[in-house]
Amino acid sequence: MRYEAIVIGVSSGGMNVLKIISAALPTDFKIPIIVVQHVGAHSDSQWIQLLNEKSNLHVKEADEKEKIENGKIYFAPPNYHLLIEKDKTFSLTIDERVNFARPAIDVLFESAAEAYRNKLIGIVLTGSNNDGTKGIKRIKECGGLTIIQDPKTAESPYMPMSVLTAIEPDHILSIENIIAFLIKLK
Amino acid sequence: MQYKDTSDLEISLLLEAIYRKHGYDFRQYSQAHIRRRIMNRMAISGFADVSQMQSKVLNDEEFASELLQDLSITVTEMFRDPTFYQSLREKVIPILKTYPFIKIWHAGCATGEEAYSMAILLQEEGLYDRTTIYATDFNQLALNRAKEGIFSNKMIKEYTVNYQLSGGKESFSSYYTSSYDNVIMNQSLKKNIVWANHNLVTDSVFAEVNLILCRNVLIYFDKNLQNSVQTLFYNSLINGGVLCLGSKESLRYSDLYSEYQEMDNKQRIFKKKY
Ligand SMILES: C[S@@+](CC[C@H](N)C(=O)[O-])C[C@H]1O[C@@H](n2cnc3c(N)ncnc32)[C@H](O)[C@@H]1O
Repeated sequence: MRYEAIVIGVSSGGMNVLKIISAALPTDFKIPIIVVQHVGAHSDSQWIQLLNEKSNLHVKEADEKEKIENGKIYFAPPNYHLLIEKDKTFSLTIDERVNFARPAIDVLFESAAEAYRNKLIGIVLTGSNNDGTKGIKRIKECGGLTIIQDPKTAESPYMPMSVLTAIEPDHILSIENIIAFLIKLK
Repeated sequence: MQYKDTSDLEISLLLEAIYRKHGYDFRQYSQAHIRRRIMNRMAISGFADVSQMQSKVLNDEEFASELLQDLSITVTEMFRDPTFYQSLREKVIPILKTYPFIKIWHAGCATGEEAYSMAILLQEEGLYDRTTIYATDFNQLALNRAKEGIFSNKMIKEYTVNYQLSGGKESFSSYYTSSYDNVIMNQSLKKNIVWANHNLVTDSVFAEVNLILCRNVLIYFDKNLQNSVQTLFYNSLINGGVLCLGSKESLRYSDLYSEYQEMDNKQRIFKKKY
């Protein structure tokens, strides 16, 4: 298998698409998925529990120093940046906000690009800011595969559109086609 | 050790240079975090590569202290995580009340917001007069600001909400006076706080304390360093003393886990066994 991890960045409009994606992936989908979703600093973990109940995979919040495992979907905890170490474990920080966000998509994507190089897939979904653009550019520079949600199909098109100002992504797809694409990978 | 990536080697050499020249040891910090901070500084200062920064760090004091600031993240809040302070009030204060004198250590206190929050809480519980708070950090600039106790007005609304959610009993504004764009914390809150420069990596035990708060500091360390700092804390706590970590920090992976009893798992409050 060529790809070892998938990172996803999503902001406003994220609830719906994350529900669809996490429910659609089959039990034998092995590649770990790591998600930064912009949420309020004090939001609780019920949202993740809900996704977990509806998913074939294990959906959980990323713990600091946790080893990244196959078959899991990890979420950055509210109010912390999530980074990936080269030994494929998580680090958390409470550094300043980046692009007004903590967790920030750029922080996850840039560290993931360094850790996984060309074995990484980066995906930017719906959102109304430009977080993720710098990060996905770094993924491309490191040889990873880049995908954005087709802005025409996104609840908030600005975030995937912003990516287009920096790189030409490998794929521009609707959510349904992103899911189909991922399932074919395994 | 062989490095696949040249910039990893350069960063490792830079950290070595900082340590050997300036005594600050970042060699066991989270690598992804250190890389991010160093690359940011490199971009801001316009260096072509990390090796250029190395010679600058060795020869330019001002640049070196700038870089130290980059590597010390002083982001903090008053009554950060209100539910943690609630639990502190409910579960830890009753233990503290049983001691005639109380010593508390805030390790990695940054600009002091956490120590002031503690002083407020202790005043309300009638314990402050018999307490000494040691508030330590290795960042002298942050300590200087902590000592002044002057904070930006902009944050006060948020801190007031935090304070109220944490179970505060008074009006938060009674703890400071406003002055232009700032608030100045009451002198009575400062009187029992000892601000001191202490490096968790290179300095040792300096007191036996009843309570340690080390929140959002260990996340920046690798596992080995976390373990050795945990040993430092263990040796600084009296039997039955209490250790409070940040809400995403865990003792579970520490060698000393079995030496503590969990008092509040969610709020990461642990009691050293007798
Ligand atoms: C993110 S702040 C945490 C502040 C506060 N405890 C809180 O949770 O809001 C981390 C602090 O740890 C300090 N720190 C980092 N490494 C340290 C070390 N080796 N020794 C002492 N303090 C350190 C930094 O200077 C910074 O002020």
